[in-house]
Amino acid sequence: MSGFLSQFGEALPFFAQGVVITLELTILGAALSVVISFIFGLMALSQSVGVRFVSRVFVEFFRGTSLLVQMFWLFFALPLAGIQLVPVATGVIALGLNYGAYGSEVVRGGINAIPRAQWEATIALNMGRVQRMRRVILPQAVVGMIPPFGNWLIQLLKGTALVSLIGLADLTFETQAFRDATGNTVVAFTGALIIYFILAQIFAVLMSLLERRSKASIGQPMERRALGGLGWRLGGSEAA
Amino acid sequence: MVTEPTTNGNTTGKGQSAPDKMVRFDKVVKRFGDLVVLRELDFEVAPAEHVTLIGPSGSGKTTILRLLMTLEKINDGYIWVDGEPLWHMDQGGKLVPANEKYLRRMRPKMGMVFQQFNLFPNMKVLRNVTEAPIYSLGMSKDEAVQRGREILELVGLSDKVDSYPSQLSGGQQQRVAIARALAMNPKILLLDEVTSALDPELVAEVLNVLRDIAHTTEITILCVTHEMQFAKDISHRVMMFDHGQIVEYGPPEKIFSDPEHDRTKSFLRAVLEAR
Repeated sequence: MSGFLSQFGEALPFFAQGVVITLELTILGAALSVVISFIFGLMALSQSVGVRFVSRVFVEFFRGTSLLVQMFWLFFALPLAGIQLVPVATGVIALGLNYGAYGSEVVRGGINAIPRAQWEATIALNMGRVQRMRRVILPQAVVGMIPPFGNWLIQLLKGTALVSLIGLADLTFETQAFRDATGNTVVAFTGALIIYFILAQIFAVLMSLLERRSKASIGQPMERRALGGLGWRLGGSEAA
Repeated sequence: MVTEPTTNGNTTGKGQSAPDKMVRFDKVVKRFGDLVVLRELDFEVAPAEHVTLIGPSGSGKTTILRLLMTLEKINDGYIWVDGEPLWHMDQGGKLVPANEKYLRRMRPKMGMVFQQFNLFPNMKVLRNVTEAPIYSLGMSKDEAVQRGREILELVGLSDKVDSYPSQLSGGQQQRVAIARALAMNPKILLLDEVTSALDPELVAEVLNVLRDIAHTTEITILCVTHEMQFAKDISHRVMMFDHGQIVEYGPPEKIFSDPEHDRTKSFLRAVLEAR
């Protein structure tokens, strides 16, 4: 065991470098795909058939084709058309489009889950479409979107491993580099699994904190229950 | 069957407004698929008049309120509100179906209180009441807040301005909903079974607030309710509906104690037995 720990210690500089890139891609990819999710999710609810169709095609295409192939296309095919993206941008755009396609379904579902009575109340109060969406429907809908978005964020974190194939030095890439340098396959991959797992736990806890806060914002009582992931309890302030 | 009830006997021709009426239904038809809910319905409501609509469920009472609030589309006929067509607009001397812009100009004339309150759960009580005046009427924030506080005081909820709807009882929520509707300063208040979702002990507080409003303001009220005592207290006129048409109408004393039609008699008997 102490052998493993000391070898793990040797691997840490590799892992540390990789984690930075993995987090960067996860956060930027998530940010881009949230924007895309809302754009195409709202378009899916448009009154215009044309707008709904565009959204539908986008979602079906990016959901229905491989993320890896999308990334290769952006990285290898697009330059042939004269557009050369830096690897990080390629990774972020591919993740953003692919996960944005899934996320737009979360947005659409979240908005559809708001009872019709809420829409009727906004009509009775003569609210305009933008005001209705911004002030009444979305603030409530977002609360319901957070748990599925939490799932999706962890998928995205793991999806970032694919960028190692276009030469980005993320956690997976650095793991390989360590293995190549030392030949220590067991430590390399065991260590990488542990680190992905820890990152996923951190995101799970952050998302359930966000869920709590958003529930409080619509007047639902703060639940004093364990947080996401393995059920972490922060601060030990459990209510009696 | 009474087909053309008018309060004072004067009749206006098809497609014309009645300037002295707040609401006028002119051969209004509403269908849901094959089901005809309102069949060529005619009636009028005078300004400041309080009318209660009674009748079995499915008789079209709630549909009348929902048509007035523009929550349902009209299939045929005309509805006039405050001298103007509601679902039609004048285009070169012809009445054509109204667009959203026209509807938004007409809607502030009406305020509606729903059976299930329909408060905005993401806003505290005060914001529920001030939101629409600020963003839809363009009232200044200070003015809306001051007015909101006054109206919340009127419904007895001054101490709840900073609560979320979920922290209130059903009766309190419904009083907020009444305040929210009144904050828009409507000419017509539409009350859709506003006590049906409440626990029995919470009904009185809501009805007392409405009685107050009915007796102290000039607002026109159309009310769908099964609370017959309340209907008696506030109404100038009660209209009995069945199958999308008016069976009979008259002052509450007459309708409740000496109804003409068997349909009204059996309906009232059923409602009173259920108490």
